[in-house]
Amino acid sequence: MNIPNQLKYTSNDEWIKIDGNIGTIGITDYAQEQLSDIVFVEVVVSVGDQVSKGDSCATVESVKAAADVYMPLSGKVIEVNEDLAGTPEQINSDPYGAAWMVKIEISDPGEIAGLLDAAGYQKHIQEKG
Amino acid sequence: MFIPHTDGERERMLHRIGIGSLEELFLSVPAEHRFPQLNLPPGLTEMEAVGELQGLAWGNENTRDLVSFLGAGAYNHYIPAAVDFILRRGEFYTAYTPYQPEVSQGTLQAIFEYQSLIAALTGMEVCNASHYDGATAVAEAVNMAYANFRGKRSKVLLSPALHPQSIETVKTYTTGSPIALTACEIEPLGDPDQLLPLIDNQTALVVVQYPDFFGRIFDYHNLAQVAHQAGALFAVAINPIALGILTPPGEFGADIVTGEGQPLGIPLSYGGPYLGLFATKTEYVRKMAGRLVGETVDNRGLRAYVLTLTAREQHIRREKATSNICTNQGLMALASTVYLSLLGKHGLKKVAELCYHKAHYAAEKIAEVKGFQVLTEQPFFNEFVVKCPKPAKEINADLLEYGILGGYDLEEAYGSIMERSLLVAVTEMNTREDIETLVDALAEVTHD
Repeated sequence: MNIPNQLKYTSNDEWIKIDGNIGTIGITDYAQEQLSDIVFVEVVVSVGDQVSKGDSCATVESVKAAADVYMPLSGKVIEVNEDLAGTPEQINSDPYGAAWMVKIEISDPGEIAGLLDAAGYQKHIQEKG
Repeated sequence: MFIPHTDGERERMLHRIGIGSLEELFLSVPAEHRFPQLNLPPGLTEMEAVGELQGLAWGNENTRDLVSFLGAGAYNHYIPAAVDFILRRGEFYTAYTPYQPEVSQGTLQAIFEYQSLIAALTGMEVCNASHYDGATAVAEAVNMAYANFRGKRSKVLLSPALHPQSIETVKTYTTGSPIALTACEIEPLGDPDQLLPLIDNQTALVVVQYPDFFGRIFDYHNLAQVAHQAGALFAVAINPIALGILTPPGEFGADIVTGEGQPLGIPLSYGGPYLGLFATKTEYVRKMAGRLVGETVDNRGLRAYVLTLTAREQHIRREKATSNICTNQGLMALASTVYLSLLGKHGLKKVAELCYHKAHYAAEKIAEVKGFQVLTEQPFFNEFVVKCPKPAKEINADLLEYGILGGYDLEEAYGSIMERSLLVAVTEMNTREDIETLVDALAEVTHD
């Protein structure tokens, strides 16, 4: 299972890449594997929206389940991956790359301390079994 | 067969939650309400019960004995004998989609055929396995449009010429939700163009009926276009028989088509069970409520049917689902499928033409009766509004003496703005003699 070191994670299986005050958000390799073949994705926030940590930002649907993706941090949406809706299978093939979902301008850097690092996330999914 | 819990299972459950008896479970219900005295008469034998029910049934008037001109959303059409015969076959005779649906390939195939027929009839791309009735289908359209804009548009515009019961049902469904309905503040018999200035960038959905509740046929091209320009969806509630001769809504911009499927081989039956038609475009399929059957191939490459896109439904998506309802009218959907298959494209057209021409003949004749005026000025299908010289309620009571079930008293739903107004429906079941009997009776019951 791929858990890149340079990313931060949530216990709900989102990842966020932090570059300065910009955060890029998607779901983890573990999440896509659990969901199996993803057939639909819908980003439910728009550029300019102010969103809070824990708000739903996307819905992902696989052949067997539907799941919500939540904001790992608060911020203002600056970009949405418009191409992903047409190629939801990229969430399975490239969860940390082409399948990013939302980019935000982080509004409260203090929240970053509450995220998991790669080791912490690894431990979290092991405990989940 | 449904097998309830055994005594042993009940005991284990009670033991697990730490109580000794079933009665203990209900102790929080006040004692006087726990076992209320129902004061029922003594039990009857089957023979006695059948006799009593038969007696009650004989007290009803019915469309076999009466000549009916009553419509207002439920229509007296001929039902070919084969519909009931196929419906009652043991393989089909359940109201439910089976809990392991793929085991019942025949049921799924029937639903797939139903979906295909309704999609073709309405000119839409996808149709669900049905809803309860026409009114609940309209309410699901409202839900879907609201979900489509993820709550960012909350205004829904209902045509005042939508069936009043559809409007009531939408009100019930949206009570307590942020959806704001606009309806009925405008003249019901007015032109649908009066809706145009009410459409704005907060509008999620515009709903019209086709033919409308008063039987009128309008060209909704312009309305659909204005709705789309404002970014809203456009829904059309149809009478499926009328589509035998009218342009399908898919061709004039409908995003959602709903309808009451009762005219398609389903008896009047005192108001139900009926059939809610619901069709839309593929791009909205994931927001659509209800079950959906798809055709695929099995592991041997043979044609097979499955429930598909179930992740839309509330058992997977929970509170995020567009609707909490996946129940469909499987048996009534089958009835309409058999009906449409028996009639075929030309048969349906023929039925629609008969309804149309007979209704126009009736309107022409009624307009000649002294004191009566046909208010409908627009093109209409099989229903029209007649202004009577005395209250419609009295006319209907008088007509019953002649063995005629009169029209729908519009004052009942609309109050005094529709006083003395009768909505008259004519179908292929009404012969020329029936129509002449009605016309003569109207003259007799109103002459001084």
